[in-house]
Amino acid sequence: MLAWTIYISFLGAAVLMLLPAGHPRPARWTALLAALAGLACAAAGVADCRHHAGFGAFTDAVNAPWIAELGIRFHLAADGISLVLVLLTGLAAVAGVLFSWNVENRTREFFAFYLALIGGVYGVFLSVDLFLLFVFYEMAIIPKYFLIAVWGSTRREYGAMKLAIYSFVGSAMVLVGLMAAYVMAGGRTFDLVELARHANSFPPAFQNWAFIVVFVGFAILAGLWPFHTWAPTGHVAAPTAASMLLAGVVMKLGAYGALRVAMTLFPVGLHTWQNTIAVLAVVGIVYGALVALVQQDFKYVIGYSSVSHMGFVLLGLMTLTQIGLSGAVLQMFSHGIIAGLLFAVVGRMVYDRTHTRDLGKLQAMNLSQVLPFAAMTFVVGGAASMGLPGFSGFIAELQVLVGAWQSFPALAILAAVGILAGIAYTLRAMVKAFYAEGAVEARDLPRLQPITVPERAGALLLLGATLLVGLWPQLLLGMITPALNSPLMQPLWKAGPP
Amino acid sequence: MMLSLLTFLPLAAGVVVALLNPARQKLGRNLAFAASLLALALAAGLGAAFDHARVGMQFIESFSWVPSLKIDYELGVDGLGLLMVLLSALVVPFALLASWKIEHNPKLYFSLVLFLESGLFGVFTAQNFIHWFLFWELSLIPAFFLIKIWGGPQRTSAACQFFIYTMVGSVAMLAAFLALYASNDPATRTFNFAQLAEAANGRHWLASHHVLATAIFFGVFLGLAVKVPLVPFHTWLPAAYTEAPTGTAMILTGAMSKMGVYGFLRILWPIFPVQMREWRTPMLVLAAATIVLPAAAAIAQKDLKRMVAYASINHLGYCLLGIFAAARLTDGSTVFANDQAAALNGVIVQMFNHGLTAAALFYFVGLIEQRGGSLRGLDDFGGLRRPAPVFCGLMGIALFASLGLPGLNGFPGEFLIFKGALHLASRTALLSIPGLLLTAVFLLAILQRVFSGPLPAKWSGWPDLTTGERLIALPVMALILALGLFPQLLTGVANPAVMRLLGIF
Repeated sequence: MLAWTIYISFLGAAVLMLLPAGHPRPARWTALLAALAGLACAAAGVADCRHHAGFGAFTDAVNAPWIAELGIRFHLAADGISLVLVLLTGLAAVAGVLFSWNVENRTREFFAFYLALIGGVYGVFLSVDLFLLFVFYEMAIIPKYFLIAVWGSTRREYGAMKLAIYSFVGSAMVLVGLMAAYVMAGGRTFDLVELARHANSFPPAFQNWAFIVVFVGFAILAGLWPFHTWAPTGHVAAPTAASMLLAGVVMKLGAYGALRVAMTLFPVGLHTWQNTIAVLAVVGIVYGALVALVQQDFKYVIGYSSVSHMGFVLLGLMTLTQIGLSGAVLQMFSHGIIAGLLFAVVGRMVYDRTHTRDLGKLQAMNLSQVLPFAAMTFVVGGAASMGLPGFSGFIAELQVLVGAWQSFPALAILAAVGILAGIAYTLRAMVKAFYAEGAVEARDLPRLQPITVPERAGALLLLGATLLVGLWPQLLLGMITPALNSPLMQPLWKAGPP
Repeated sequence: MMLSLLTFLPLAAGVVVALLNPARQKLGRNLAFAASLLALALAAGLGAAFDHARVGMQFIESFSWVPSLKIDYELGVDGLGLLMVLLSALVVPFALLASWKIEHNPKLYFSLVLFLESGLFGVFTAQNFIHWFLFWELSLIPAFFLIKIWGGPQRTSAACQFFIYTMVGSVAMLAAFLALYASNDPATRTFNFAQLAEAANGRHWLASHHVLATAIFFGVFLGLAVKVPLVPFHTWLPAAYTEAPTGTAMILTGAMSKMGVYGFLRILWPIFPVQMREWRTPMLVLAAATIVLPAAAAIAQKDLKRMVAYASINHLGYCLLGIFAAARLTDGSTVFANDQAAALNGVIVQMFNHGLTAAALFYFVGLIEQRGGSLRGLDDFGGLRRPAPVFCGLMGIALFASLGLPGLNGFPGEFLIFKGALHLASRTALLSIPGLLLTAVFLLAILQRVFSGPLPAKWSGWPDLTTGERLIALPVMALILALGLFPQLLTGVANPAVMRLLGIF
């Protein structure tokens, strides 16, 4: 079933291109159906894996030779960690289509690129053959570029080009590290599990450089400070659905790759660089939160908040404790949902109607009265983003903090300061955008189109997901924990500093 | 499962009411009221099944929730929790009746009140911090919207001020608890209140990190002090209570303000006994300030609702006086032990009785506002006892109960608190006595200026209480009298809980 998430997405993109141009309605419905089918396949895949290998080992979806001479296989499989991210992709994809319902300019092409991006993302999360993973990773870059450059807003060419260049530099670094590992392991296979078996025989000096090259290559996309600068500009330039996907799943590609490839293949290198990267992660948490605190552009606030929240993912990974890593994976899911929701409110519900994202101008509009649903969604989404108990972010960030407290107490305290700053910028944006005393008289209120049904459905889907996971975290932790206990992850816990 | 049922019943009913067709406003209102009555019946059933003789938690439920973080779903009530559950269950239907004539989207208003009720029940029954905090926050969000959407002219700033103050306090408390959790040994980490209290009494980890423990104590203290509120964290309250619609103000003062005092008894007292003793003197000063200053401020007010709001701060000040007076080492002296028991019993009795009386006062002020065409200034009225003798009589009873007249329910709590405090913390108790007198002055001033004196011509047709309004007020009036005459109804339930608190101190 899982492989169909990829096929259906690309198939949907192909069908869209066959549709006649200039008819937005069938294009929207095709995209929605494809996204829903992908989500259904993802859910069915979870059930499949539970029956077969459980969540602690990879359950094969497809395993066929591809380029036999080089030992490259078309091998798709999933364990608990990849399944969590596949589910996230499915949810984000459906919500993104719902929040793009109003795209009128070349609707067909928009959704085709959109589905191609989704297909690539599914592919990355499901590939066990690292060459295949790399191919999907590259495939996701092209549609990202066009989505921003064609349908974006503020400085879209700049934002799109910056993102593309960062992505290409990152993937070049990844490729170098991958090829090196392939050669060092005998040049017979790109299979993750096979390569990981050789990890112990990789000499430490090699691991030290290979780890940092591959890790940073991936982490650029995860918003690792100081390589994060593509993120705010890219998010701001992108159309709503694309910023939802950028923050929601594309940043997770980076974090996932960093965990799956860099950390698993080069455990000794990981221990060498552990402290350095943890410091960078905490700088990202605090820096992102403080910069978000002074932004005038509503979307920049959310953009920088993504840098801050992704810092928690990277910090969790660097704790090298079970609890920290499980927090990091849960945070990937949680941030994907919450950032998607907040970008939807800012980009679709507010910007598409008011045509401004300037907090000063929004202040005068008293939007809580004009768009009560948007205000309510932002209040609840903001509470989730602050990490209040009851929402997924709480369990995730708490686990990261507990893990960090064990590994580096001083950094844990700094990260907690970042959470406090996070509460401050969320409240500031909330009050300025929705609850400021601007126009009080009914006749001064701007006349805006009411929130539509697809927007409501999308918002409820994402709110439901963050609440469900917040109230019943075992749903996902039950998948993550066995995967962290698997033999594949053992070198992470064992290998000490050389 | 009684407690879970009680907690989630209003929440479920609130969701149903909120999802009803917008054309069915009346149905929604009736359904919500029926749900609140059902919750009251359930709470009464709990009270009947409650074993008065037993010390410790009853109706316990415990399930594992997030095993990796040792967060559990744990519920239970002792006498303190039971009384607060009963109080909430009483105040909510009373407030819904007082809100019966809301015109703007009554369905949403009633469903938000039900969400708030769930939050209250959750706070008063949860025995695990995370679970408790979830409901603590759950009650904040509906309260914000109730003020924001249905409040008076200054509603937006009042609601935001209320939200931000409470939020900052809550965040400090959450951060403090996380620090408490993380600084504990990985093997003994817990969010369970009873286990935390045991660990604190074992003095093995907080004692060795003195500065950290004090910082954690103040984090939790801030969250609770904002909610009560304690001077100087009270500045959000007059605006919030004044701008809130009548029914919401009744719940805010009747039940929500008790969440803070409850937290002092359930969390601060058992888990931080060392810090409670260490910081007792400054806290006593704050408690005395909370009694005296708002009473003085109330005298200066011209707005009836604002006066009642300040009276509310003053009455909760007595609770904190009782708690901090009792928080002293007694070296086994039985006299002191009796005074401590008296003070803490007084606190719990005062919490319950203030909830009833303050809700009743806001109800009557709401009626004045309604009849006076949204006028509610002290000087706008006069001589109303002639056209409205029943109104005057009932509101008079509530005012006298509020100022602590013996025979009415305001007396036993304040009496017990002062009986204990005069011995345990004599200077502070003496310092607080002017507060008692000032309260009497402004409450009597209301009675005099509104109900006596010359009757302005425009109010000559002032309607007395209708039969419906009399029926609404009747149960609360009956309780005000009954609990004044038989305070042992409350102390009988509260005393085992007090003994347990004293036992672990």
